[in-house]
Amino acid sequence: MSKVFLALQAVEETRAIIEAIKEDNEHAVVEQQPAMTRVTAEGKLVVNAQTVSRYVGRDWDPQEIQLVLISLAGNVDEDYDHFTLYWEN
Amino acid sequence: MTMGTKTRKKRLSMKDKYKYMTRLGWETTYQDMDDVFPEDTFEGIKIHDWEAWEDPFRMTMDAYWKYQGEKDKKLYAIIDAFAQNNGQKNITDARYVSALKLFLTGVSPLEYQAHRGFAHVARQFRGDGPRVACQMQAIDELRHVQTQIHTLSHYNKYFNGFSEWSHWHDRVWYLSVPKSFFDDARSAGPFEFMIAIGFSFEYVLTNLLFVPFMSGAAYNGDMATVTFGFSAQSDEARHMTLGLQAIKFMLEQDPDNVPVVQKWIDKWTWRGYKVLGLVAMMMDYMLPESPQSWKEAWELYFEENTVALFKDLERYGIKIPDCAGTVSAEKEHLSHQIWMTFYTHNAAAPFHTWLPDEKKMDWLSEKYPNTFDKYYRPVYEQWAKLEKEGKRYYSEMLPQLCQTCQIPMLYTDCENEDPMQVVHKMTTFNGERFHFCSDHCKNIFEEEPEKYVQSWLPVHQIFQGNCGGATLPDVLKWYKVEPGVDNFDYVGSQDEKMWKEWKGEA
Amino acid sequence: MSLDIKSVNIKPKRETFGHVARRIGEGKMASRYEEAVLDVQATANFHYRPLANPEFELYDVKKTAIVMEDWYKFMDPRQYHYSSYVIARAKQQEVAEQNFVFVEKRNMLETMPEEVKDLILNYVLPLRHYEWGANMNNLHLCAEGYGAAITSAFMFHAEDRLGIAQYLTRIGLLLSENDAVILSNAKQMWMDNGAWQPLRKAMEDTFVLKDWFELHIAQNVVLDAFIHPLYFNILEQELNSKGGSAQAMMTEFITSWNEECARWIDMTVKVASSESEENKELLNTWCKKYIDIAYLAVMPLAQKVLDNPEESMDEIKDALVTRLNKNGLNL
Repeated sequence: MSKVFLALQAVEETRAIIEAIKEDNEHAVVEQQPAMTRVTAEGKLVVNAQTVSRYVGRDWDPQEIQLVLISLAGNVDEDYDHFTLYWEN
Repeated sequence: MTMGTKTRKKRLSMKDKYKYMTRLGWETTYQDMDDVFPEDTFEGIKIHDWEAWEDPFRMTMDAYWKYQGEKDKKLYAIIDAFAQNNGQKNITDARYVSALKLFLTGVSPLEYQAHRGFAHVARQFRGDGPRVACQMQAIDELRHVQTQIHTLSHYNKYFNGFSEWSHWHDRVWYLSVPKSFFDDARSAGPFEFMIAIGFSFEYVLTNLLFVPFMSGAAYNGDMATVTFGFSAQSDEARHMTLGLQAIKFMLEQDPDNVPVVQKWIDKWTWRGYKVLGLVAMMMDYMLPESPQSWKEAWELYFEENTVALFKDLERYGIKIPDCAGTVSAEKEHLSHQIWMTFYTHNAAAPFHTWLPDEKKMDWLSEKYPNTFDKYYRPVYEQWAKLEKEGKRYYSEMLPQLCQTCQIPMLYTDCENEDPMQVVHKMTTFNGERFHFCSDHCKNIFEEEPEKYVQSWLPVHQIFQGNCGGATLPDVLKWYKVEPGVDNFDYVGSQDEKMWKEWKGEA
Repeated sequence: MSLDIKSVNIKPKRETFGHVARRIGEGKMASRYEEAVLDVQATANFHYRPLANPEFELYDVKKTAIVMEDWYKFMDPRQYHYSSYVIARAKQQEVAEQNFVFVEKRNMLETMPEEVKDLILNYVLPLRHYEWGANMNNLHLCAEGYGAAITSAFMFHAEDRLGIAQYLTRIGLLLSENDAVILSNAKQMWMDNGAWQPLRKAMEDTFVLKDWFELHIAQNVVLDAFIHPLYFNILEQELNSKGGSAQAMMTEFITSWNEECARWIDMTVKVASSESEENKELLNTWCKKYIDIAYLAVMPLAQKVLDNPEESMDEIKDALVTRLNKNGLNL
């Protein structure tokens, strides 16, 4: 299966997102790089708004990911409560 | 029409809500739909159901203003701080700044073209979904050109080679390479534009343009450019998903679209790659601290990453671009050949070049074990000798340009393992002979010769007397390139003098 | 105490880019707006003519009969470049958001009389399609216009229209408690109802205009100058006394937007008309033509929604004529 990939700026706002990703995606691999946090996962990666909200201490809107996003690979699916990357093969 | 009995408020899914917020068009009846949308059927792309379009990102305007406003507040705070603190003093070396000159003169104007181009297709597609996605990209690209201008404005105050970027883009010889690339996309129909820019450039090749410049900035202490880069990247993520959706939509609408799209993928991956030659040179030669070689970048971002993408597209019958083999064969030669061209033609190019030092040459040996020491180090060593003798080599000749990509015909036959042999392809059209750097460029011409005969080739134009006169000083004046200021070697330049003063090395 | 930061004297060589300095004067500091806009669009040596429209170059002054010595005379008095634009709009959308929250919290829609709701759903909500058409037209203006000054303003204007269409949609969904049938009803009104047809026809006729400056006059200068004052000024004042004051709260964005844009729109008329007698005559002709079209197109709607339609429409027309004449025309 192909890997999806997400790169976020290594700033304060990203911390909660990464923690949530680790909690909800066991297969995800997180890698710190200069100024950037990279996440790769086989097939699918889900960012749950509820989980991030818990880590950040307030209601978090998945669209806020726009503020820290650097790059991604995969098809995007988003709704009020999640932001998901996936490949279909 | 009345409300009827009171209903409990339904919760709308984001997908539905976004549809209500964007599917606002209608079938016109007072004017023919084909008159209202005159450009979206002539390319042979068949669309049966525009409603099958899946929105790649679902940002309503209020969210767009909110998040983009926040991003810009942050970005400009850093641009201001950089200027206030003279951040340009903290870069590794002033040679690096020539990479930024290349960026402002060669890349930023393309962002502007993308802005106008996406505005155009946003009006021309008759489906609502793509129109909304494309206009969001149109305004994003306006953001990019303006933030780039603002970021580099501070460098312009101190360094030469930035000031006439607008004038140069329309005239200077090597800048016709990126300019003709985008003019080609802009003059094509809207579907080809989407494959050329939305898919091939903004998805397949984007990492090969942005990551090198931004990592280069990070490794060389250029906080302003790094910040601009990161800030733009979240917009780029939206653009990537738009490009991917556009191609899938076209492929899913009708099997007849597949060969048309494949031809465009082949053409535009090649044209994009040719423009990226400038980036290859920048990565390998213009960064005092080099994060990555061109070869490494190509292997990671194309040969590795793109595999997943084209696997995804395989089920439509799409194949990996037919130029992949050529590019791979050239990957250990490209940057050296391009740098050598600019080194020798630096009298006519408004940024600085220089010979790689020992440290850099050892790095190049390591990164290019099969080619650097064999073909290129000996030439640099020869040129170093000339420099020591006060005879720094500048070419007095104008190169033959390829009719399609407009790059000097310096590419050698790496695919057939004959890297000492310059590739020269020819064809005739209407009794006139045309010259190309490769079969790929020749094929592009032969598909649409009436288009490519129109090229404004800078060297032809000089010879025809349209660029100020017959001598180099005449042409430089017409270019608004200040001799001895914008051009020639870094060693001995005003940039170098100023840098040494700043560092107390005067 | 004085801070003596030890550094070599860092003096800049130049204040700004060459093309900017040639316009604003050597040695002068350029604004962010000036650097973002001046001479950013290519003007020469294009490589290929557009396949779909080979009569013209990619950027071509001949795409309009308006003649300007310098298209950068159209500098925006609001000085909107991307960042100042989005930051301004972000503030405005926050206010709009608070207004929506206020209306919902205070149950202002539940106390709104049914007739007022019906009027809004049938005779205001279809304007979301009008705004969509205005969005299309401004995208066309951005793509076909000349010079970064006026075309970047068209880009912002286009996005504003989309935003307005979305606010109107939101109002409709609020009134119906998310029952989307009201959106299809509104579309049906736009497509079939007698009162809406003259406006829809006028709009579709603009979609095929060849001269982009004429399109700007038709859409941004004239049609909007009827629709917006009618709906977001006169009508709302009348609704206030009929229990419909929530409407004005929910459309506050649109009202202040109109006030803001007037500065830019007036400038385009003034600059184009003061350039030459030929331009002035062209603008007079276009404005006369489209004022007549707009008056006839909007009147049936005025008759459906206003207390004194003929009087109000004459007021609107006079106000527009006065405004245009103040900006160099003689209508």
